[in-house]
Amino acid sequence: MTAEAWTFVFIIGTFSAYLYIGWWARVRESSGFYVAGQGVPALANGAATAADWMSAASFISMAGLISFMGYDGSIYLMGWTGGYVLLALLLAPYLRKFGKYTVPDFVGDRYYSDTARVVAVICALFVSLTYVAGQMRGVGIVFSRFLGVDIVWGVVIGMFIVAFFAVLGGMKGITWTQVAQYFVLIIAFLIPAIAISLQLTGIPVPQAAFVTSDIVEKLNAIQIDLGFHEYTQPFTGKTKLDVLCITLALMAGTAGLPHVIVRFYTVKNVRAARYSAGWALLFIALLYTTAPALAAFARYNLITSLHGQEIDQVRELEWVQSWEATGLLAFVDKDGDGKLTFAPGEAFLVSNAVRSNEPDMTNANEIYFDRDIIVLSTPEVAQLSPWVIALVAAGGLAAALSTAAGLLLVISSSIAHDLYFRMLNPGANERQRVLVGRIFVIAGILVAGYFGINPPGFVGQVVAFAFGLAAASFFPVILLGIFDARTNREGAIAGMLVGLLFTVSYIVGGKYFGMPDWCFGISAEGIGAVGMLLNIAVTIGISRVTPAPPEHIQQLVNEIRLPAHPGVAQVLDEGHE
Amino acid sequence: MSPELSARLQKYWRANERLIVVLLVIWAAVSFGAGILFVEQLNTISFFGLPFGFFMAQQGSIFVFVVLIFAYAIGMDRLDRRYHADED
Repeated sequence: MTAEAWTFVFIIGTFSAYLYIGWWARVRESSGFYVAGQGVPALANGAATAADWMSAASFISMAGLISFMGYDGSIYLMGWTGGYVLLALLLAPYLRKFGKYTVPDFVGDRYYSDTARVVAVICALFVSLTYVAGQMRGVGIVFSRFLGVDIVWGVVIGMFIVAFFAVLGGMKGITWTQVAQYFVLIIAFLIPAIAISLQLTGIPVPQAAFVTSDIVEKLNAIQIDLGFHEYTQPFTGKTKLDVLCITLALMAGTAGLPHVIVRFYTVKNVRAARYSAGWALLFIALLYTTAPALAAFARYNLITSLHGQEIDQVRELEWVQSWEATGLLAFVDKDGDGKLTFAPGEAFLVSNAVRSNEPDMTNANEIYFDRDIIVLSTPEVAQLSPWVIALVAAGGLAAALSTAAGLLLVISSSIAHDLYFRMLNPGANERQRVLVGRIFVIAGILVAGYFGINPPGFVGQVVAFAFGLAAASFFPVILLGIFDARTNREGAIAGMLVGLLFTVSYIVGGKYFGMPDWCFGISAEGIGAVGMLLNIAVTIGISRVTPAPPEHIQQLVNEIRLPAHPGVAQVLDEGHE
Repeated sequence: MSPELSARLQKYWRANERLIVVLLVIWAAVSFGAGILFVEQLNTISFFGLPFGFFMAQQGSIFVFVVLIFAYAIGMDRLDRRYHADED
């Protein structure tokens, strides 16, 4: 069977499974729709969170990015995992105890203010819409690359699948499909990585091969020979301060992303929230510790199989032919010696991040490869059977669809729960609430699909936005709401506004108005860390000079600090050590 | 809330905060410390052939993160039992 036929089989198979789960998990009540009835076991929630969190970018692009950046790629590895420590220790258990449906719920209730609630809704919508557009695009790209279907049709099929289980099952349907999607995506990521590790080092565990084999050492030597920095050399593309700030912003941003936080509302109790954060990170770490190994191995493999080889011979390789046809891999013989040279610099002229076919004659590099190739081409380069290639396609789709579904639910609940039910029509009954929720899932899918088909030019750049905003707004406001009982409405609103305005103006000013990175050379990606610190300072300062929060808020804070339900207060009262 | 109860809640909360601070110090030490601030110095040490700072930045810190979260969950289980604040 050809790779295309296998891909077809895998996609039909996995999609039928998602549809079946969606049908099985259909719900009627609003608590089922928004928080899966708060009955998800810790382990299952861990797997669902991992799939929710790992997007098309984690699956397809991250290893490739690291492969190009070397040490500097660590910002993604540490930044996108370290946030779970913050989430597990500082936010998730208390938000679960608070026990409502959304992040704006907490912000609005804790700060006894609808203004704060609306600011939170706007942030949640902005962050989630930004993110979901990229996911639908990812779905379209996988379809077009692996099945030769038009991107538009790929996006439409993806929209239909997500709509089916999100509309029918709400959070419950999303949760159980995400559990299934986690297993599809992790198997699809690990099999090629294990194969390439075996092939290069004879060790079947990529994490162990990364540390104990001499591949990284050899790669360092090759890099120096070809005129690059050593692969492991730190701070070649970014300053130390910038690496520090980006890592911190990604960590705090991860902990503050609404679609991740809301997953911890779905478990049974506070204890389950603590453990499920651990399971989530364990499941995520399986991919995130494999990625740096894959990045180094694939780079080594690509360089050794291309550099210094005769162009005609290279073009006889099957995987070279198929990837050259997509334009993601390209060669040019600049010096006319009939051999390929890999060197620093771009092989072709690049304008507005788009590669042209004109060779860039200012450097000696004759090989262009797109960073997405690292993951997508591994099975072919490692000469694995066609079904593995198909599995990678199914894995990429699982990663994109699971993240899209989680985001769509945040979009829907921000409007249907936070705006409609909490502010416009508090008397709405169960049926109306679920109906409005379903309508806005569909509306969200249509918007996401539109952006997937017509991607706004800024999608790549707004990722910095999403994390910067979450780090500079949600993270501090929730953290202080739990750990500083004195933080009041005035402080929280002032802090959020200062954090947001500073971060937004720095990113927009830098990207669109040519403003230099005036804040110690920190880039747009890392400025959220500074915005977060500003937010915390302003919130604490303003809170201390304005009236303390009312008595019932003090009680709310006490309540969320205790893991068990109010009845236990009695036990605690009589308790003895 | 009785004064006695609120004193017990305070003690419970202080113990929780102490555990969080200890774990977050380790969290910052392995990532920001070993992985970024002191990565050049640590890279002179070889860890099975990999520069140690590089290893911490790309893999080591992630393993530690996982351990930290489970350590917190287990530590809080014990604290909850001591204060009878655990759930059924």
